[in-house]
Amino acid sequence: MTEQTRKVAFICSKGDLDMAYPALVMGWAALGNGIDVTIFFTFWGMDLIRKLRQDHLEIAPVGNTSMKMSMMGVNTGNLGIPQIAGVLPGMTAFATKLMKDKMAKLGVPPVGEYLQMLVDGGAKLYACKMSVDMFGLKMEDFVDGVCDIVTAGDFMDMTEGAQIIFI
Amino acid sequence: MATRTIAGKTVQVNEEGFMTNPSEWSKEIAVEIAKEEGVGELTPTHWKVIEFCRQDAGNGGKAPTLRRITSVAGVTTKEMFALFPKGPAKKVARISGLGKPEGCV
Repeated sequence: MTEQTRKVAFICSKGDLDMAYPALVMGWAALGNGIDVTIFFTFWGMDLIRKLRQDHLEIAPVGNTSMKMSMMGVNTGNLGIPQIAGVLPGMTAFATKLMKDKMAKLGVPPVGEYLQMLVDGGAKLYACKMSVDMFGLKMEDFVDGVCDIVTAGDFMDMTEGAQIIFI
Repeated sequence: MATRTIAGKTVQVNEEGFMTNPSEWSKEIAVEIAKEEGVGELTPTHWKVIEFCRQDAGNGGKAPTLRRITSVAGVTTKEMFALFPKGPAKKVARISGLGKPEGCV
């Protein structure tokens, strides 16, 4: 077998609950197709691998024009959640719970469990050095499975020949 | 529908090479496909997974996803990737004479 293995690398830069899933779903699909997976967590994306934050990712209705009332089971078609209502205390928690419940119903694992599946499947996880320095974090702040804290240059070296997806 | 001969038996396959009739499957076929897929010699643990998939698919021929195998059959994700490297669910589906597993998880 001299065939070159296809490689995919994801850059996760967002820490919102909805933005955590693209890399997880596609990464898992890639592993399922025998593709090498590397994930680089930068800026807010580091919340996905931070012990303190991983189980507490949220989705905010404020500023989200795609979030409609119909998603909450109210049959109002294109009517959005009024932005002014989005700022009310508890709205973010409500939207988060709604999304988590829907995901659970579909059998989609929570972020921590999903990431562990990817690690078990051979995905390599890295944290961005500059973001780590900026946020004042250490290796101990990250969940098991994170290989190392690396620079952008290191990331470029290790993803040579890979398809890179920025999220 | 295309056909191909595996382990001396002619079986129906789809354009991706997955067998389309699970009842045409035999253990000899499994051994042969496992070699082709780079899985090598089938151990009792391999067979446990294969048998689970055959059973789970029932008569419909739908192969379980990797997540379903690991959560129901009692084999961990790590073990699955070690047993069937590079795409465990797809490989085990092929070896078990089932269709391609559907689903994103």
